[in-house]
Amino acid sequence: MTTLQDPVIAPDPTIQPATRRFGAGTGSRAVIGFGLAAVALFGLAPVVLGDFRLGLLAKYLCLAIVAVGIGLAWGRGGMLTLGQGVFFGLGGYAMAMHLKLTDAGPGQLPDFMQLYGQLDTLPWWWKPFASPAFALAATVLLPMLVALLLGLLIFRRRVRGAYFAILSQALCAALAIFLIGQQGTTGGTNGLTDIQGFFGYDLNDPLNRRTVYFVVAAALLAVLGIAWQLMRSRYGELLVAVRDGEERVRFLGYDPANVKLVAYVVAAGMAGLAGALFVPAVGIISPAMIGVVPSIEFVIGVAVGGRAGLVGPALGAIAVAWARTALSERLPSAWTYFEGLLFILPVVFLPGGLASLAVLLRRRTAKKEVAA
Amino acid sequence: MTGLTVRDLKVVFDGFVAVGGVDLDVPAGDVRFIIGPNGAGKTTLVDAITGLARATGTVTFDGQELLGRKVHRIARLGVGRTFQNSTVFEELTVLQNLDIAAGWHRGPLTLLRRRTSIPPRVQAALETIRLTAVRDQLAGTLPHGQKQWLEIGMLLVQDAKLFLLDEPVAGMSHEERDATGELLGELSRDHTVVVIEHDMDFLRRFARTVTVMHAGRILSEGTVAEVQADPRVQEVYLGHSVEA
Repeated sequence: MTTLQDPVIAPDPTIQPATRRFGAGTGSRAVIGFGLAAVALFGLAPVVLGDFRLGLLAKYLCLAIVAVGIGLAWGRGGMLTLGQGVFFGLGGYAMAMHLKLTDAGPGQLPDFMQLYGQLDTLPWWWKPFASPAFALAATVLLPMLVALLLGLLIFRRRVRGAYFAILSQALCAALAIFLIGQQGTTGGTNGLTDIQGFFGYDLNDPLNRRTVYFVVAAALLAVLGIAWQLMRSRYGELLVAVRDGEERVRFLGYDPANVKLVAYVVAAGMAGLAGALFVPAVGIISPAMIGVVPSIEFVIGVAVGGRAGLVGPALGAIAVAWARTALSERLPSAWTYFEGLLFILPVVFLPGGLASLAVLLRRRTAKKEVAA
Repeated sequence: MTGLTVRDLKVVFDGFVAVGGVDLDVPAGDVRFIIGPNGAGKTTLVDAITGLARATGTVTFDGQELLGRKVHRIARLGVGRTFQNSTVFEELTVLQNLDIAAGWHRGPLTLLRRRTSIPPRVQAALETIRLTAVRDQLAGTLPHGQKQWLEIGMLLVQDAKLFLLDEPVAGMSHEERDATGELLGELSRDHTVVVIEHDMDFLRRFARTVTVMHAGRILSEGTVAEVQADPRVQEVYLGHSVEA
């Protein structure tokens, strides 16, 4: 709390108005930013990177889409979503179920069901996923619906802080365990693997894999656009207010549960979309990709990049995923330690993440100018 | 406007009677100060009126029963409050704080768009609380006195008709106290103001009526002079150092 001695009355040049501070700035800056990102993703990366590296980048961009949602829910809304694997998984499995059914052909059972045996007909809950429209809508709407129901229970009961984080984590552990237990209908530990086609396009064809990359890149830009609008809107300001003073907001006539619910549901939709795109980009979805550990890894990327910003979470997710690949190629055993360090360092020394480095530097130069 | 009516209000925490049967009438347009020793139940009374503490009895404001409603529903009926420790949103600017306070009735479409201009009500409040010059500054960087004014401004734009202020001048300088007192006078033209306060000097200068609480009950009520002359009040304050 500031005391009476605090002499700040004139506008302080070192303090940015909140909208700029958080990196969701004015229209022209944003247009330039989106333009640069589009050039990098659509112009630069496909030229510079070979097919293999471009495929890896597509995977990283999927993680970045999850990160954008976490940035919204955690960075702006204060909800430490340690269980985004649930929504990532729902989206991923919805997509993979459709692709497995298409791979198998009309009237046929997916390969793993034939392998494990006991089933003669498709389980009833698989059937709607034969429709591409249903499956596509389900990848985003199913996670959002689940988040809505969960959120209503959680936020109305004022579960928050560590309890919310633990609850989210328990949910993704539960989903992973459930999937493993249903080997005959979900593929169990193996997951849904060996996906060959993507809406009629052969995923073994490098050209089609490049197309998948472009779809993922476009989705990332769209998701960033949604987050940008939400963050600069009045809702975005209200969300920050709820994060910093939930009780106070109540006394202003708002129900904070509803405010949080919107961000939570949007973040779940983004995670679902990411899971759905992850399937054609990587060719597999399995419980190991949606459980506790990957859910924590989603959050590490966001913490490293800076949770409260717009691009910080996405860049952090890409950087951490890239570092993971680079390090585990050279020193396979060292990655786990490095990853732990990556989470601890920003939390302890740089709570704003890498994005806040720029702000710190800008403030330092501004202070020097004032002093001079 | 009929003001605030409290009848037989009781608040009990785990067997401890914090407020034990309070009757209180604050007519519209009054500036009522509630004083009393620490633990007299002043803040708990405000907590009960605003839905934060569970209570029995009845509390009506402008004919509407408040007890049993949720905190945000009570706020929507025009009951606004501040806290002893200022609770502005420190990471947001003064303008953003006020704009949020003015907005509970906004629909989804307005919420999802950006604020393009300053709402007239917010502009007026900025001038009333004398913070126009610092409107783009983060609220967390304001000195304590200005934070308290921002709280009052948030009640103004929230369209509160009843202001419940918990120690608004604690920690303020003399000049800030005077300015706050004048502000309360301006507010009372079309609001009902209830102030919890320890500062007797401030009370003598700006209170219109005073209620004295002691041990969860109303001890005395009347004008400043009447209350000061009441022997029961003198007795309660004997041994308590009265800040002046």
